[in-house]
Amino acid sequence: MPTAFTRDEVARIAALANLELDAEEMELFARQLGDILTYADQVQQIDTTGVPPTASVVMRHAADRPDEERPCLDRDVALANAPDAALDAGLFKVPRVL
Amino acid sequence: MTVRQVRDQFRSRDRSAVEICRDALTRIDAVNPELNAFNTVARERALARAEAIDRDFDRWRDAPLAGVPVAIKDNICTRDVRTTASSRILDGFLPPFDATVVARLESAGAVIVGKTNCDEFAMGSSNETSAFGPVHNPWSLDRSPGGTSGGSAAAVAARATPIALGSDTGGSIRQPASLCGVVGLKPTYGRVSRYGLIAHGSSLDQIGPIATTASDAAVALGVLAGADAADSTSAPEPVPDYAAALDGDIRNIRIGVPRALVEQGVDVDVAAASAAALDVLASRGAAIVDIDLPHAKFATPVYYLVSTAEASSNLARYDGVRYGSRVEAPADLRSMYTQTRGRGFGREVKRRIMLGTYVLSAGYYDAYYLKAQQVRTLILRDYDRAFERVDLVAMPTSPVPAFRLGEKIADPLQMYLVDIFTVSANLTGLPAVSMPCGMTPGTLPIGLQLTGRRFDEATLLRVVDAYERDTSWSTRLPPMLSR
Repeated sequence: MPTAFTRDEVARIAALANLELDAEEMELFARQLGDILTYADQVQQIDTTGVPPTASVVMRHAADRPDEERPCLDRDVALANAPDAALDAGLFKVPRVL
Repeated sequence: MTVRQVRDQFRSRDRSAVEICRDALTRIDAVNPELNAFNTVARERALARAEAIDRDFDRWRDAPLAGVPVAIKDNICTRDVRTTASSRILDGFLPPFDATVVARLESAGAVIVGKTNCDEFAMGSSNETSAFGPVHNPWSLDRSPGGTSGGSAAAVAARATPIALGSDTGGSIRQPASLCGVVGLKPTYGRVSRYGLIAHGSSLDQIGPIATTASDAAVALGVLAGADAADSTSAPEPVPDYAAALDGDIRNIRIGVPRALVEQGVDVDVAAASAAALDVLASRGAAIVDIDLPHAKFATPVYYLVSTAEASSNLARYDGVRYGSRVEAPADLRSMYTQTRGRGFGREVKRRIMLGTYVLSAGYYDAYYLKAQQVRTLILRDYDRAFERVDLVAMPTSPVPAFRLGEKIADPLQMYLVDIFTVSANLTGLPAVSMPCGMTPGTLPIGLQLTGRRFDEATLLRVVDAYERDTSWSTRLPPMLSR
């Protein structure tokens, strides 16, 4: 397991996460992610042969209900927090992609 | 003033809901310049609500929280009241709905007075990652109140409100409660609806009350608990009468202490106060027995692998499209996403998104994320085995009392290590409470953590209440209040 990350590795992870990092953060995270993962390596020593993973501790679900139409947020309310929106058309606006 | 006292004043028409509310707002104004515990004080909403309660006195007279001022952590949605999770990326966000817990509090007669400061997106252990600046500990203003619900714990410790809501993903209710000398309860996973809670780690997050006494926490939990059709992880188990469980009788309670886990790395004052608290409980008839939780020492690395993976996924939604801030004049769609996120998130949040993205990425998933989930199973089994022999597990909430602001923030790993005793309850979903159990010679509060069986919050609260009957820690006031 890596004890330090290269700038390229940090850049690759940042791209996966849609995060723009500045030069200082690239350097800082390269070191700190390495430190944290080195620390986390202690879990590798534990024998987990045949142990199932736990993703959720929910025992019983309460929320099964009939699939019926119910009221939801009005369109103008849903758009009210958008940084940019076409209220009349009922659309969120983003920079053009074509 | 406790919930019970406030409610009695309202019921006997000693004070109106508006008078109680104004009093709370005055106290917030008095302490907040020094504490920075509130991101938003919702004066108008609170007073309007209090007036409505006074106008309809007969309807509200017997409500469990009639006229009681409550502070809400700023990662819980409040309709038309700014909700930021202490992040720049949610600058100006006005939720179009109330979280279920907020609606339940109001249905019980509570008056929401404001939104409390916290670590950004509830990521941190000191409240220092907040975009609004750190909260200061009421017991010592140059120290951290803990995190992430630092504002809620400080507000209750400074008696600004009798109760506050926090959220707890890895200790975020219990650790600040411990460092601020108040009671903080993380209920069983699923006990309280999370609809309207800004998601951090979805298999770990739980909302719960912070209060000055077990009795107040019991009243609050009774209001908050129960199934909710809007949260598929909420549990259908019936909600008991928690207040009725506080009968002072702990003679048949067996309390397990994981000696090997707590023998190392615990501050000497914290260790002494914990031991003394167990003596008090033993003198009331509880049996103290040694137990072993062999995998609990791995809880911190497991927690940071699991929680960052979940957080990296949950925080993908902050993209500058539907709410929150957006970078000015982006060149194209992709730079809008990356720059909005790069500038909107603080360092700790970015660090965790990076870590979580990495452990979920191709080639590393099995080694980190899957492995962590397997060890999570082993920790669960440790607790299941322990609860065959004991009713509760006791250990310090935090290995250290309140540390100085600035002391740990530069080294994320040192900060993560503070969470050693709290994260297991989130990984297992078990309920856990922190209760004040002593003071350091420098008068910093110390907390004892009790972990219980699934959905057995009543036993936790019964033991805390019994302890309060024999001690006076819960009535001590921070020095700033006597100036």
